[in-house]
Amino acid sequence: MKILVAIKQIPRRDATPQIDESGRWNPDEQSEFETNEPDAFALEEALQLKDRHGGEVVVLSAGPERVAQSIREALSLGADRGIHIVCDDLAGLDTLGLAGRLAEAARRESPDLILTGLQSDDLGLGQTGVVMAELLDIPHATIIMQVEAGDGRVRVKRELESGWFQWIELPLPALLTIQSGIAKLRYASLMGIKKARTKEIRKIEAAELAAPPPPSVTLHRVFPPQSRKSTQIIGGPPAEAAAKLVEKLRSEVRAI
Amino acid sequence: MSGVLAILEQRGGAWNRMSWEAFAAGREIAKATGAPLMACVPGYAIEPLLPDLMCRDAAKVYAVSHPLLENYTADGYTAALEQLVKKAAPEYVVFPHTYQVRDFAPRLATRFGETLIADVVGLEIRDSRPVFIRQLMQGKLNGAYGHSGRGPCFVSVQAGAFAAEGLEAGTPECEAFVPELAESRIRARVEPPFREATQTVDLSSAPIIVSVGRGIQSKDNLPVMETLAEALGAELAASRPICDSGWLPMERQVGSSGQTVTPKVYFAVGISGAIQHLIGMKGSKCIVAINKDESAPIFEVADYGIVGDLFEVVPALTEAVRRAKS
Ligand SMILES: Cc1cc2nc3c(=O)[nH]c(=O)nc-3n(C[C@H](O)[C@H](O)[C@H](O)COP(=O)(O)OP(=O)(O)OC[C@H]3O[C@@H](n4cnc5c(N)ncnc54)[C@H](O)[C@@H]3O)c2cc1C
Ligand SMILES: Nc1ncnc2c1ncn2[C@@H]1O[C@H](COP(=O)(O)O)[C@@H](O)[C@H]1O
Repeated sequence: MKILVAIKQIPRRDATPQIDESGRWNPDEQSEFETNEPDAFALEEALQLKDRHGGEVVVLSAGPERVAQSIREALSLGADRGIHIVCDDLAGLDTLGLAGRLAEAARRESPDLILTGLQSDDLGLGQTGVVMAELLDIPHATIIMQVEAGDGRVRVKRELESGWFQWIELPLPALLTIQSGIAKLRYASLMGIKKARTKEIRKIEAAELAAPPPPSVTLHRVFPPQSRKSTQIIGGPPAEAAAKLVEKLRSEVRAI
Repeated sequence: MSGVLAILEQRGGAWNRMSWEAFAAGREIAKATGAPLMACVPGYAIEPLLPDLMCRDAAKVYAVSHPLLENYTADGYTAALEQLVKKAAPEYVVFPHTYQVRDFAPRLATRFGETLIADVVGLEIRDSRPVFIRQLMQGKLNGAYGHSGRGPCFVSVQAGAFAAEGLEAGTPECEAFVPELAESRIRARVEPPFREATQTVDLSSAPIIVSVGRGIQSKDNLPVMETLAEALGAELAASRPICDSGWLPMERQVGSSGQTVTPKVYFAVGISGAIQHLIGMKGSKCIVAINKDESAPIFEVADYGIVGDLFEVVPALTEAVRRAKS
């Protein structure tokens, strides 16, 4: 089975984002980056499917030069090849524009299965995979917690709200968006890291792909969220702050 | 192209409550743009649900019914709603941001050459056009999005962002709409929904909950939290990654895919405050947040906050609770 995994590199989740005066936020100016967490799980699931059924795992990422690092990490974990759509205009694209690029690169590979994360932790759009499936005219399922593959089909466990699940079966080729926690993540071995150096990362320049349509949705401005409550921040050294908090929980909340 | 179409959700003949929040958001956009509001409910044999809708302040209700819509499939719903949106030709299409909507709405928008504005938390009106606010960086930032596409603008709204209460009454006209669907075009075979294990802990009745997140770093550190819970006489709960890693059982997970709780006091310790977690606990009477990152979104919903290292703050808190109780 040939599996394509779309991975996105995002600013580290513990970063404090900086906004400039004009309400713009440019993560490239400040951040350290990491692979989007659900995508790491998508990759793990792909590697486990390969362990069980054989085949090939190809990772695909669109972004500036720095995303090659995330692709390299995926290769050291066991992915066979990487494809890097080199572009630094992602901030100016909407999902349709980005998914169009990813879908075009995916089409050239004709994979049996495409895995994406269920959402990116920076933009939180939760839809790039679904849009890719529509553009490729293949079936999809979202928020997947388990995958059973066989015989030209996949049977997948989809998460519903509040602890409910559902199994659904799709013909291949298909696209799945993977939920965090689907499997236990592996670590890269020294051997894996060594091997990764010899694996291929093919670069595709954005200009080689169809020009994206003008965006229909644009981010105008970014601003810090306002507190929904008047939060009392209790300061001081730990022992003092703890004592003050307990006093408030006793006198103001009457809970202790 | 004019008007606002709210697409409501039901399963097995029961409304998803978030439907009315999407209706409320649609109402707001309709008012701001001076356009009529339409509502639709897709499914099969949905007649018993219609009275709930026919008393609402909308111009028109579409009952979209077909046997192939009885069980949800992305292909069935996308095809049916594509036909309805073409017929009703709205300028805005509003959904509740449910798991089902996440599953098909991006596909539907793509058919119109559009991008869904997903998980919207608020609206601003500029020159009688809506600007949509959604969260970025897991709630650390808000972004304002505008629509400039030529097709309809597709929007889904986050749970709790628009108030379903206090909607006005009305007498919409009702139209049945039977989409053309073929079984051969529905690629998924679906099995009935099920619940995993039976619940043995009922967090919803606990007066105090101490909830732990990824700030705890490893399973070996959990006793720090257990001791605090014991001192408070509280139940221990967790964010999703803690349960995913198997450090605590799934039944102690709070959030959109876990339990919803409303205790008298909820301690969120080393939890960042992602929306999927907040959905499960923001109704708590009092929220205490302990986090080393002062920009963590959990502080936005907290009544009391301590910015600090939980490994220093929690033992101190346990001590203080013990002292207060003795
Ligand atoms: C469809 C879907 C459903 C989901 N369902 C749920 C759900 O039901 N429940 C749920 O919880 N999540 C759910 N999630 C996941 C959610 O989006 C977040 O990823 C998750 O809640 C994050 O958990 P966390 O806050 O523990 O971890 P993180 O976001 O990693 O936050 C850890 C926090 O700990 C703080 N910290 C670190 N070290 C310390 C220290 N020493 N002292 C004090 N603070 C420290 C950090 O500053 C940070 O704020 C869902 C996601 C999706 C997409
Ligand atoms: N630039 C990108 N390159 C590769 N994959 C991406 C990119 N952006 C998004 N994805 C994939 O789409 C998923 C959903 O992202 P989003 O729609 O932004 O929430 C991610 O988890 C990735 O798997």
